[in-house]
Amino acid sequence: MQLNKRRRLRELKGRHTVANRPRRRQFKTRKVIKIEGSVLAAGKKAPNFSLNSTPDQKVSLNDFRGQPVILAFYPADWSPVCTDQLSLYAEVMPEFKKFNAELLAISVDNIWSHLAFAKDRKLNFPVLADFEPKGVVSRKYGAYEEKIGESARALFVIDATGVVRWSHLSPDGVNPGADGILSALENLNKARATEQS
Amino acid sequence: MATVTRKRETGKTLLEPARKETVKTYEPPRLAVPVTPERDHIEGPVNATLTLVQYGDYQCPYCGAAYGEVKKVQKELGSKLCFAFRNFPLTNMHEFAMSAAETAEAAAAQGKFWEMHDFLYEHQDTLGDDSKALGYAKKLGLDAQRFEREIAQHIHQKRIKEDFNGGVRSGVNGTPTFYVNGFRHDGEAVSKALLKALSTRW
Repeated sequence: MQLNKRRRLRELKGRHTVANRPRRRQFKTRKVIKIEGSVLAAGKKAPNFSLNSTPDQKVSLNDFRGQPVILAFYPADWSPVCTDQLSLYAEVMPEFKKFNAELLAISVDNIWSHLAFAKDRKLNFPVLADFEPKGVVSRKYGAYEEKIGESARALFVIDATGVVRWSHLSPDGVNPGADGILSALENLNKARATEQS
Repeated sequence: MATVTRKRETGKTLLEPARKETVKTYEPPRLAVPVTPERDHIEGPVNATLTLVQYGDYQCPYCGAAYGEVKKVQKELGSKLCFAFRNFPLTNMHEFAMSAAETAEAAAAQGKFWEMHDFLYEHQDTLGDDSKALGYAKKLGLDAQRFEREIAQHIHQKRIKEDFNGGVRSGVNGTPTFYVNGFRHDGEAVSKALLKALSTRW
């Protein structure tokens, strides 16, 4: 086979046309995107925290013991699209509520930015400021981008006893959506159902 | 003639991650609800090799921009492409999104989905004014009374909510979200990027 190919090429020598040029087999491969770093894995106890939700009120993770909690770390308020991650979660909130889950969004922006952002996007869940000391809570969850100084796009589903049951780190620039969260919440329900039976 | 065994030059292969414990490969979410001709609004042959599904909101400006890009992709690929549109109204942010979706579905019930879909995207600034869509419906020859009644009684809202939930399950993360051959397209919503994604088999 190789021999014939070389013979054919010799014949074509000097008479290369676009139609006659030797072709190399094209292997179409899957594009691979790698995610560097890791977030707090499932099975670990979720570190408690206490962050401002308004200038004079704080919210702690332990406040929600007894119900599932979704933590959504995100880089910054005011990303210039009308369809950002948190607006999506506001739309999907009725689905989260079916599982009696609470959603807490966290970024390193200050509380005034959060208040204005939440009002503008009509967010129906607390948006917490991991502002001072900067990124401490994000770091505890493995969700802090040191080089940029912002939280990574990381999601966690924590069960009613305060244990992480699902976590996900989204690659740069990719909005993770809500499907992973909903699947994790369903799995929580299934696990609880099998425990009780 | 001695044969020389040369290694065939393959394309880029999957690399083993250097630090297995921290480097993971990422795969975008799959479309959870397959395209079916009974339910979906489809342009192009159902059994085409390439499929493009869009989850869109009629009031979203980015979807308005993507409308033209999809037309370019369709023009380029012709009958090789099966394109389906599904509703994903962001009702929190876009007050007319749901009624626009209902308008399009009411037209679909009388067999004129794509005409109304195109009209809505070409006239996004008139979305608050029902009379414009009604006028166009009459021009299309639709039964105006039935059209208005179905919108007023929210007959099609259930279908739109099903589209929305199917989208959430598929990992829709905003509008427009495209699914290229069953996988979410995380690139730009421009014809060049969509064409490139469509031609790269996953």
